[in-house]
Amino acid sequence: MNKPVLISGGTLVDPSQNLNRSGRLLVIDGRVAAIDPADKDIPDGVQTIDASSCLVAPGLVDLGVELREPGFEEDETIESGSQAALAGGYTSILATASTYPVIDSHGSVEFVRQKSAQAKAARVHVIGCLSKGQKGEQMAELGLLAEAGAVAFSDAPRAIRSDALLKRALEYCRMLNRPIFDRPEIPEMAAGGVMHDGKVSLVLGLKGLPTEAEDLAVARDVRLAEATDGRLHVGPVSTMGAVDLLRRVKSRGVAVTASVCPHNLMQCDEVMRTYESRYKVHPPLRSPNHVSTLCQAVKDKTIDAIQSGHMPRSREKMMNDLDESPFGMSSLETSFATAATALVRSGILDWVELIDRMSTRPAQIAGIDAGTLKVGSNADIVIIDPNAGWKVDPSQFRSTCISTPFEGMELIGRVCKTLVEGEVRFQYQ
Amino acid sequence: MDHTLPELTGYTDTWHRRHLLDLESLSADEIRTLLDVAQALKDATEGCRRKLPLLSGKTCANLFFENSTRTRNSFSLAAKRLGADTVEFGSSGSSTAKGETFADTAKTIEAMGVDWVVTRHSTPGTPNLLARELTCCVMNAGDGPHEHPTQGLLDLLTIRQHRGSIEGLTVALVGDIAHSRTARSNIWGLKKLGAHVIICGPPTLVSPRWQELGFEVAHHLDEILPRCDVLNLLRIQFERQHARPFPSVHEYAALYAMNAKRMQLASDDILIMAPGPINRGVEITPEVADGPHSVILEQVTNGIAVRMSALYLLSVADDRYRNQLSAGV
Repeated sequence: MNKPVLISGGTLVDPSQNLNRSGRLLVIDGRVAAIDPADKDIPDGVQTIDASSCLVAPGLVDLGVELREPGFEEDETIESGSQAALAGGYTSILATASTYPVIDSHGSVEFVRQKSAQAKAARVHVIGCLSKGQKGEQMAELGLLAEAGAVAFSDAPRAIRSDALLKRALEYCRMLNRPIFDRPEIPEMAAGGVMHDGKVSLVLGLKGLPTEAEDLAVARDVRLAEATDGRLHVGPVSTMGAVDLLRRVKSRGVAVTASVCPHNLMQCDEVMRTYESRYKVHPPLRSPNHVSTLCQAVKDKTIDAIQSGHMPRSREKMMNDLDESPFGMSSLETSFATAATALVRSGILDWVELIDRMSTRPAQIAGIDAGTLKVGSNADIVIIDPNAGWKVDPSQFRSTCISTPFEGMELIGRVCKTLVEGEVRFQYQ
Repeated sequence: MDHTLPELTGYTDTWHRRHLLDLESLSADEIRTLLDVAQALKDATEGCRRKLPLLSGKTCANLFFENSTRTRNSFSLAAKRLGADTVEFGSSGSSTAKGETFADTAKTIEAMGVDWVVTRHSTPGTPNLLARELTCCVMNAGDGPHEHPTQGLLDLLTIRQHRGSIEGLTVALVGDIAHSRTARSNIWGLKKLGAHVIICGPPTLVSPRWQELGFEVAHHLDEILPRCDVLNLLRIQFERQHARPFPSVHEYAALYAMNAKRMQLASDDILIMAPGPINRGVEITPEVADGPHSVILEQVTNGIAVRMSALYLLSVADDRYRNQLSAGV
């Protein structure tokens, strides 16, 4: 059992209990034991952590990370990815099946769980395949996958192509109490695209990813969620059209949720003028009006959560021309600071709201024990210096992938320590 | 051999670029310099086809990842007329076919001691990638549908030779704008030199977004023809299209091919241009292609002149850059 820990001197930020004040946090046996404990309740030999001038918040939760193991370990392994997650302040990440073989059986779920347990880094939860072999035809054995520990189902990074399959799965999953995640895109409309379809792509001669390819997929998704009363999460979204659809359907009380990636809140398609593959990301960097609409949608909760969009690809794969280079980016270690820079520094969100969108709300969507500092909950905690500025230097990444659209950028919000089950597993040096 | 060299120092003093990647990023003055030097070199090499020893001892590598005959030969001839050596690399049999990255292939070729890499590739931005990765000069000979700057320059030179100036002319680019690198170089070059540019074709090939960028967009050729001083007829790039953007070649030709009947709608001194290869009967009928208004073969001749100009100017800027580096400036 880990030593008891007392975190003091910081500001406790926990949206799940409307907490935003200075205070002390006591952790015993890997769980939150008390907030502002009396001195008599603090055990002897407690490990104290000074969090002066820092935020003490529930660890971040990522709704969609590619870890690439098994099959593509040159891009990322479960160990390197979950270590990168810790460095970015994440204590729980949901891994999608961009692997070979894909995660569509009890054994494959078990493989990920064992590997992540060995890594002793961030908790890795499995998003099981929605369809067998991720072929988009027949449902995978969703009940058995859920028993094995899958917390959600998706064919991500692929979109769910079949309307009928999605409808059937939404109906079926109501008995499993698991959400379905869809990456909204009509593949035929997006085929061959490398960047946002707009004025910049027109001038550069690069094939565009049209916003309609996402808008139409979101329209289908929200309609089926409404028709089936199923639990559906769409994301990451990147367009004004998607926001408009989500806003309308949510106003009718449909329980669909959505997420966005920090890069879509921060940068626009103008950067593609350099033709650098590090800007070839998915969803693509869109035009400025989309960026500002997405930021506002995070504020008014039309978009519920921010996910990193971590899509690691090896350096060799990113050294080709833009058509040959895959979509990819390393973002676990920059995600929080990017979102903070885009949303908090600009005054759109406060720190409590940001923690809500990156920890509390994603944990609720995934249905996992995380995203809170309530007494009795897992002591998965991040300590952040909100005022520290830092420059993105990919050579310092723990991730195997060093391709990032934020290279050289000045960001705010540095992760100082990340604790899982009350154990300090990452510490900024 | 007569080696009377043209006086070019007045142009080279103000030229600083070591790469020619596009026309969008060039200033009007830079484009004029390229054209002026091209004209001077053309004048100096015309007639007896003499060579000028301006670039003796230098080597130009043609790194073509897409099929090309005229552009590759045009670059080779341009280099040779200035006394440089040339070396040819193609994608078939190259190391990229064995899995080597494009950048590594280019670095290997550079390591053989070349002064310019002239590159053609199906993906936009590959010359920019090379300019970042290599230390020698990089010249874009066509990157997918993005740009083909020397084609744009030779079109400008041809128009200028006939009309004296580009400014104030109305020039229509007709055809497959969506997939045309020639169009994108023409668009920027013409605009910077003061022409009114009309982009004409079916909406599936001509995006309305061009209007937001300050260009006139038209879908009916007959309506704009009477206003045009120059018509540049662009080939339908079937090889770059994912889906056919019009119902049939027959319908396209009926709506957009320049033919004898349409010539009656045009002004008496209209210039008919085409970057080639031309599809007779699709964009242009034989009587127009071979008619008195056509300058298609002059464009080919001018291609060598503008490529000589570009090679020369990049080389001078490169020498200056390397001298400054070695002097620690």
